[in-house]
Amino acid sequence: MQGAKAIVQCLQKEKVEIIFGYPGAAVIPLYEELRQSSIEHILVRHEQAAVHGANGYARVTGKVGVCVVTSGPGATNAITGIATAYMDSIPIVIITGQVKRSMIGHDVFQEVDITGATEPFTKHSYLVKDATEIPRIFKEAFYIASSGRPGPVLIDIPLDVQEEEIDFSYPEQVVIRGYRPTFHGHPGQIKRALKRLQTAKRPLVCVGGGVLSAGAEPILQQFIEKAKIPIIHTFMGIGAFPTGSPYYLGMIGSHGHYSANRAINKADVVLFIGARIADRATGGSPQFAQNADIIHVDIDPAEIGKNIGALIPVVGDAKEVLQVFAEKIEPIEPFDSKEWLEETEKWKSRNLPPQPTEPGINPKYAVKRLSQILDQEAVLVADVGQNQMWAARNFDIYGKRKFFSSGGLGTMGYSLPAAIGVKVGDPKRTVVVVAGDGGFQMSLPELGTILQTGLKLIILLFNNQRLGMVREIQDRRYQALHGVHLDHNPDFIKLAQAYGFDGKQVTTYEEMEKAFQEAFTSKGTYIIECIVNEKESTL
Amino acid sequence: MKRYVLSVLVENHSGVLSRVAGLFSRRGYNIDSLSVGETEDPNISRMTIVVRGDEYILEQIKKQLNKLIDVIKVMELKPEHSIYRELALIKVNVTPEQRLAITGIAEIFRAKIIDVASESLVVEMTGDEEKIAAFIGLVEPYGIREIVRTGLTALERGDKEIKQRKKYEEE
Repeated sequence: MQGAKAIVQCLQKEKVEIIFGYPGAAVIPLYEELRQSSIEHILVRHEQAAVHGANGYARVTGKVGVCVVTSGPGATNAITGIATAYMDSIPIVIITGQVKRSMIGHDVFQEVDITGATEPFTKHSYLVKDATEIPRIFKEAFYIASSGRPGPVLIDIPLDVQEEEIDFSYPEQVVIRGYRPTFHGHPGQIKRALKRLQTAKRPLVCVGGGVLSAGAEPILQQFIEKAKIPIIHTFMGIGAFPTGSPYYLGMIGSHGHYSANRAINKADVVLFIGARIADRATGGSPQFAQNADIIHVDIDPAEIGKNIGALIPVVGDAKEVLQVFAEKIEPIEPFDSKEWLEETEKWKSRNLPPQPTEPGINPKYAVKRLSQILDQEAVLVADVGQNQMWAARNFDIYGKRKFFSSGGLGTMGYSLPAAIGVKVGDPKRTVVVVAGDGGFQMSLPELGTILQTGLKLIILLFNNQRLGMVREIQDRRYQALHGVHLDHNPDFIKLAQAYGFDGKQVTTYEEMEKAFQEAFTSKGTYIIECIVNEKESTL
Repeated sequence: MKRYVLSVLVENHSGVLSRVAGLFSRRGYNIDSLSVGETEDPNISRMTIVVRGDEYILEQIKKQLNKLIDVIKVMELKPEHSIYRELALIKVNVTPEQRLAITGIAEIFRAKIIDVASESLVVEMTGDEEKIAAFIGLVEPYGIREIVRTGLTALERGDKEIKQRKKYEEE
């Protein structure tokens, strides 16, 4: 069979049902085979959106997200999406077309060295030089993307490889001698960790995105409730633990909650799980976990000891390790844990709920209100900027709710295309996009994708006519603004209408409540544009 | 800053060298030399990388190298248990009267004269870096025209093979 057909067969063997893509000359044979297959193709309006779409899809389904783009500019347009997925450890496979093998290196039309360009932010990549390698490479790519610490894997396939004839047989197993992720934590280390936790006076658990990628949320809850340890999380850890729990203290970091930051500075033992504790989590504070013995659980050994020294490192899958922890831990009561819980409770009372302040709409209150009326399976996809933190700090997690955003790379324009991926991956869920007027305009063309696919999203757009987070930094550091004014925004509601969507601009809370209701009952995508005071702060 | 010698087994295909080299530049690790060649298994290449840094950086380098899918094994070769060698070709200015003196120095260092011209000669020598440095110091007064060095290559002493070593994390 032809290489292109082999690719589609591989995808079907990997149970791929949906692909996000944008065609071009170098993937024409592949598109012809896709046309004849049962795989659904979502045509995006820009290649970056194809990758973000696969990202959102992967995050909501737990499967590997797949996208296809053409060579040259198609591939380079995808780069930001790839880096976004890499920084947040999202399992995706990116298929790029490449010029014919004989032309590689000649700087021909739409040629670019995409494996070279993406090398720093792919988990692995392949340039397929022989069509007979297609089955092995695809088998490996899906395995690498989804196992261990997940991440993007890129497969670059020259046009003539797609047309080459091969005998197809899909390998049963993957054998990569240089890649054997450790799933089970070392029993000795786990024992040491448990012993240290058990004798802690002010224990604290801090979780990150690793808990979500391992699907360890239920076992985490069991562990916390059994051990009676307060819990905090990083930005990527939003959604790992219900925000309403008495053990929940909030998010750490420069944009985190007072209670969480206070707790980490006071704790005597901190158990980090699936968190890399990057600069945004520590806020660069020298007091960060200063009094604590650190137990660090991560599937990626390179993350242990990188940003924070660990007394007890445990390399392993969050779910596997938590299962042992949950089974073996005894409630930490005999010591002054009760006092500790009471103290943390006091800090928590300082996290004040947002109020419907005026003028304009208080975006924090808007998210809080929406959170109160959304169902327990809703997914909120936040963009980047002030809106990200307004959403992160005020969207309550319980039930099967999820919160997705670009945490590591901080990619503006992520929310809309990622939300498309989420909705496609789990159509029954209510999917809410929270974006600012800056980031929303970065992915504006994807409204076309939404129109074409007939998806229903609720878009909560915060219009403060500013690039608000940059404004805030400029204001703080230089007391002067430059390049952050969006005074000539388009009429977003008319724009929505041009795509056939309903929407309302709201300036009062009464209008906001009404718009929320309309958004729920609307058949299609609905945009709520909140007019926000330009001086509104992030925290 | 200390110097460390790492021996790295990698898959022998194109792109691996750029991945390894890219890792060093990207993460700001200092690299003194890198030499690479095929091993007893033609599918596997072996790199000898000399790096500078402290214990923390060494740890990071080892872990980051291990993350690369194409890297099969990473091992630090400590001086007390290893043989370090480097090959250098040195083109030295020489008058006919000086030839004998240089040949004498070369002999002491067990280096070979591999090319003789009217005003220069080329010495080939192997050894650890100190030996090469000592030789260069001695012939420098004659005038060195060119030096080319392979970079350090190293092997563990004794019966053990790198392949029998456990993967880094399990050590």
